[in-house]
Amino acid sequence: MANLTINGKNLTLDVEPDTPLLWAIRENAGLTGTKYGCGIAQCGACTVHVDGVAMRSCGVSVSEAAGKKITTIEGLGSGDTLHKVQEAWVAQDVPQCGYCQSGMIMAVAALLSEKPKPTDADIDEAITNICRCGTFQQVREAIHTIASA
Amino acid sequence: MNKHVSPRLNRRAFVIGTATLGAGLAIGLDLPFGPTVVRAADGSPEIGAWVVVRPDDTVVIRIARSEMGQGSLTGLAQLVAEELECDWTKVTTEYPTPGQSVARKRVWGDFSTGGSRGIRSSQDYVRKGGATARVMLIQAAADGWKVPASECTAANSVITHTPSGKTTTYGKVAEAAAKLTPPADVKLKDPKDWQLIGKGVKRLDTVDKTTGAMIYGADVKLPGMLNAAIKDCPVFGGKLKSLDEAKIAGMKGVKKVVKIGDTAVAVVADTWWHAKTALEALPIVWDEGDNAKVSSESIAKWLAEGLDDKQPAYVGNKNGDAKAAIAGAAKKVEAVYSYPYQNHATMEPMNATALYTADKCEVWCGTQNGEAAFAAVLEASGLPPEKCDVHKVMLGGGFGRRGQTDYVRQAVLIAKEMPGTPVKLLWSREEDMAHGRYHPITQCKMTGAFDANNNLVALHYRLSGQSILFSLRPEALQNGMDPAAFQGVAQSGEAAFGYSVPNLLVEHAMRNPHVPPGFWRGVNVNHNAIYMECFMDELAQAAGQDPLEFRRKLMGNHPKHLAVLNAVAEKIGWTTPAPQGIYRGIAQVMGYGSYVAGAAEISVTDGSKIKVHRIVASTDPGYVVNPAQVERQVAGSFVYGLSALFYGGCTVKDGKIEQTNFDTYNSMRINEMPKVETVMVPSGGFWGGVGEPTIGVAAPAVLNAYFAATGKRIRSVPLRDQNITFA
Repeated sequence: MANLTINGKNLTLDVEPDTPLLWAIRENAGLTGTKYGCGIAQCGACTVHVDGVAMRSCGVSVSEAAGKKITTIEGLGSGDTLHKVQEAWVAQDVPQCGYCQSGMIMAVAALLSEKPKPTDADIDEAITNICRCGTFQQVREAIHTIASA
Repeated sequence: MNKHVSPRLNRRAFVIGTATLGAGLAIGLDLPFGPTVVRAADGSPEIGAWVVVRPDDTVVIRIARSEMGQGSLTGLAQLVAEELECDWTKVTTEYPTPGQSVARKRVWGDFSTGGSRGIRSSQDYVRKGGATARVMLIQAAADGWKVPASECTAANSVITHTPSGKTTTYGKVAEAAAKLTPPADVKLKDPKDWQLIGKGVKRLDTVDKTTGAMIYGADVKLPGMLNAAIKDCPVFGGKLKSLDEAKIAGMKGVKKVVKIGDTAVAVVADTWWHAKTALEALPIVWDEGDNAKVSSESIAKWLAEGLDDKQPAYVGNKNGDAKAAIAGAAKKVEAVYSYPYQNHATMEPMNATALYTADKCEVWCGTQNGEAAFAAVLEASGLPPEKCDVHKVMLGGGFGRRGQTDYVRQAVLIAKEMPGTPVKLLWSREEDMAHGRYHPITQCKMTGAFDANNNLVALHYRLSGQSILFSLRPEALQNGMDPAAFQGVAQSGEAAFGYSVPNLLVEHAMRNPHVPPGFWRGVNVNHNAIYMECFMDELAQAAGQDPLEFRRKLMGNHPKHLAVLNAVAEKIGWTTPAPQGIYRGIAQVMGYGSYVAGAAEISVTDGSKIKVHRIVASTDPGYVVNPAQVERQVAGSFVYGLSALFYGGCTVKDGKIEQTNFDTYNSMRINEMPKVETVMVPSGGFWGGVGEPTIGVAAPAVLNAYFAATGKRIRSVPLRDQNITFA
């Protein structure tokens, strides 16, 4: 059993402490917006916020995440209101297949909360998610649009 | 918001549907009640197979092809809506299932979504579907008003009787329209009258992809569902010898160990994490067989032998006498190139969820070919078509991989061992890397010959290597020859060679190693374009001519190839000097019915660190349905193509693929990718594909720029093997 705080809810989950947070989120909490891509913290599809910091949830164990504030893509907006990154993603039609975009959006949201007006160099350094469809151009443009709003 | 859900036909529709397969009794029961109306899941009537209109004027457009990010779902809806004259803001889409389609004599046609065919090979009949529905809706309104239909017009889902000014909406007349007999033939709009086709409208499937709500195959949940992890023999063609089930018997959540055929083993557990953990702990002994002796080196040696002129080869394109002209030439240039295996590495690994009972088998999965997945379900379940179906969900990337159905078959075979319990099979990334359907491996020897005035008089293009069709569609071979092997260098057709050379010989010595090949975005265009376009640069250099001018002289009889080349040359400013330290490369090819060209500007540090500063790409696909999506496909194709060039390449050791995950098979990141400037030059009169063609020019444009910068030719991929990487 483990106690996790996900999207503001305290959950008691039947999961072993060494289970990667990704799988606790997907299979035990039932939140499938966070994606499995590689399992070795390379691709970023599983990115969530742990105490506000973007982290690859496949590389964080349940025991490490216990007691911390976890936010997934489902909890990024508030209620029916989309987060500004999600809004920009919709306005600029960023996703192609969309599978990596939950992680991409979480990484961008974390960047913007730290640096509201990131330069291209800031984006290059912070956004290291893989997107096989190749949406990078739209990702960059959407970040700048948010920053200049 | 537009939802994308699978339709379920009601009982009445099902009765009609099965009647078409010969169930005369059913249709006899149905007919006495008047004209038959086929209804969607919510009871709204179909106006022909492609369109459902709800009372609130919502239009549901049926999409047979699969959406995997390429945007065809939206483009196909635009094609239907253009002719339907409906309100675009009230358009939504749904997938008919392959089972429904088969039951209705394949009313939705081909489900296959590959070869950049989604739009180009269905544009005609889906537009007719929209036009047919429009004619029926107008007729129903006219009948209600007791006026001639010719006095009525439709726009934005509103029908107007012009003389009286009376109006009604599609939703109000849909029931009556559904009872009419569809017109036998309808006239399609002249392209000059298109209003929605050609507009960069927003995609219909974006919102759910930003909130985590979109359901991919890996996200499917069914009541009581279990999860499976799988290992297939890592040596292709090898077999499962033995396993020690007792070792994992007590592990948490484990429900069952299932052997799949004689090659694979799956662990079924309550969660996938438990299944995967137990599978890794399960001792498995493989009988790897003779293929375990194969390595990249042994394959390379075998392919190199095929470059020898004395070995047999299939001739794919020929004019004049290239060998004689080369023998008597004033100057000869020769080079050997190679291209490796590549894994598709879709972001979402392969997966499928199956529910099997004694009289039904259903599968939920992302697939590029619903009907092929359906056929796999029939075969694996042993049940007849009316007892099977496939429910398509969003694909987390396809790129050709999900046109294959190996993972569907596996899921059904596992579920068959647990009747009544739905089982979701999800491959680990490692399994996905080990069991791809890889971009085929080839080598190519090219010889060019010049006369005394530096005119190219002969070209011999000798390809040696793997045929995809030999493995996946042997029925498509022509007397043993794989016609697709010549994509981009073919005599004519949708991937025609763009140069006129007086003496030309293009041939393929087929060598099929045991590693299974597949259709990988761009397919044979990838290596053929690298070989041909890099060698064109070598020939230009040998002739002492500018690479663009050298090409232009050979392209007089190929105006559409030339037009896209000129478009990129102009946009990148080929005739003006590049900025200090920046070097340019250019390339062109034809594939999937479209003419494309690309140019790159790069800088190189220490001979080994490449920064790509600028990419210009042009395409002439005949017609552009949605320019915003075309722009994204072109840019995305460069990310995929340059990832393969810099980081890709799958190698073989002891019969297995060596790369296991993104740490050994990397992919470009945002910092490595410049903006792609896309120039669309649609010349009309034909329909070409978009998703794939431009990938062909990505690598040669950069490789030619690398030569311009360093004077060094790179003739093999990936660059990481040559210690060349991004700056």
